[in-house]
Amino acid sequence: MRFKQRIGRWLVPVLGGLAFVYLLVPIAYIFVYSFNDAGRTNLTWQGFTFSNWLNPCGAPNICDALGNSLSIAFVATIIATVLGTAIALGLARYKFRFRKLADILIILPLATPEVVLGASLLAQFLNLGWELGYWTVVISHVTFCMAFVVVTVRARVSALDGRLEEAAGDLYASPRTTFWKVTFPLLLPGVVAAALLSFAMSFDDFIIANFNSGTFDTFPKFIYVAATRGIPAQANVIGSGIFLIALVIVVTGTVLSYRRQKALAAR
Amino acid sequence: MRAPASRRPEPAENLSAAEQKAEKARGRIGVGLIVPGFVFLLLFFAAPVFVLLAMSLYAKPPGAETGVFVPAFEVSNYVVALSEYWVPLLRSFLFAGIATVLALIIGYTMAYLVAVRLRQHKLLAAILLVILIAPFFSSFVLRTQAWKQILSDEGFVVEALRFVAILPEDGRLTATSIAVVAGLTYNFLPFMTLPIYASLERLDTRLLEAAGDLFASPMTAFRKVTLPLSMPGVFAGTLLTFIPASGDYINATILGNNRDTAMIGQVIDSRFFKIVDYPMAAALSTVLMVVILILVMAYIRKFGTKELF
Repeated sequence: MRFKQRIGRWLVPVLGGLAFVYLLVPIAYIFVYSFNDAGRTNLTWQGFTFSNWLNPCGAPNICDALGNSLSIAFVATIIATVLGTAIALGLARYKFRFRKLADILIILPLATPEVVLGASLLAQFLNLGWELGYWTVVISHVTFCMAFVVVTVRARVSALDGRLEEAAGDLYASPRTTFWKVTFPLLLPGVVAAALLSFAMSFDDFIIANFNSGTFDTFPKFIYVAATRGIPAQANVIGSGIFLIALVIVVTGTVLSYRRQKALAAR
Repeated sequence: MRAPASRRPEPAENLSAAEQKAEKARGRIGVGLIVPGFVFLLLFFAAPVFVLLAMSLYAKPPGAETGVFVPAFEVSNYVVALSEYWVPLLRSFLFAGIATVLALIIGYTMAYLVAVRLRQHKLLAAILLVILIAPFFSSFVLRTQAWKQILSDEGFVVEALRFVAILPEDGRLTATSIAVVAGLTYNFLPFMTLPIYASLERLDTRLLEAAGDLFASPMTAFRKVTLPLSMPGVFAGTLLTFIPASGDYINATILGNNRDTAMIGQVIDSRFFKIVDYPMAAALSTVLMVVILILVMAYIRKFGTKELF
């Protein structure tokens, strides 16, 4: 019995710890191989070098693709966040006819695999005769990011304490003032989280962009195409660089909120 | 993925005229808020799905060039699609299903470790939470390619497995179903872990103490208290993993071979771009979407909680 309990106590930390290692293996691999002194193909270890990091745009077209992806993610995120936040507010707080139907329409893109989303939009663009490129990718990314924004922000809206708004009203704040001074600041963390999620998903999407970009290049597409002949080490540099930037942002945020919680607890 | 927990109270039957007017005005604001987004969704989600449906019934006129199709009502496209591609279709759901179960086991362990076991160690939990979402910061395609190289014939994983005789001397991992399922499991793991973490984080650990006081063994306490309370997270996680995994083809393309690991996404992609057979690609997409909707609906019926959807 004792023995069994001891196993029970250690099983979760050990297995969980292994799972965390598993999570980091390919990320560590990408990082290590960004220092590989490889020529065109970064398949086997050739020796240590900083040259890839000093020249991240060294591989042809890689930085154009990166710039395209960043620009698309930025524009798609802004549109998806604005439209999605409005929908989340509208659905969570107001009653009107067809709300159930609206609920379903917003959930459906989440239940649609990317390949179907990509294929249907391509069918639509072909049908409309639109030329595939920057804007068709932006549109397709807004479609699939918006549902995630709605779900994320709505969770926040429904957790909101309605009494705060009533209090603002009692203090003669107009509905508009109440919204911008009370409601919106309370929703902001949810909106920011939704925007970050949407940026990450747009930036990393391959399947939908592959269907709707024509000859226009994005960063994931660049890597996917390069994979057949060997990915240049610069892709690892850019991948690791983005990883490190995101890590610094998240860790800073975590440490700040940790400190604030501690300060609040100490009070 | 939580639906509003506190819906506004239903309007009472006997509202005064002024109150009814205010209620109507509120409704109009609500409609105004959702209209722009819904117009977008109608134009670029609902309409495309209908175009896809229509395209799946197009026919190729005799003697026409590649890529030329005319509107028709060619139901036989579906017969051809299903009879020719039922294997990759079934395989997609099988692979996605196995990957979902594996991700559930791994993801639950991680979420439980961070949210319950390490609840007192705030900083460590915070660090592990960052690692939990770390795959989101790096590129999906790049990660999959890294797995290909890690699992390659010269890599240390294959050598170690050969050494302990789990793999035969000439055994390999890349270009096998195992590699594809492993890739799917890895790539969609955060979608499983995060919702489970979110529901475990809200778990009141005093309930576990109470169960212990009532002589429940840790295992029983887990089965009767922790697990049921984390079901909304498990439910959301399995859907968020299964749906994208069944349509994914990056893993199957990079980690598999073209013969016995092909998934339906690969077939749809190649029908669209290599063979330029739009009706067939559209029919296959439609089948994939319909099957997923049926599976998801059955799943919601069986396990769905009120909190979701």
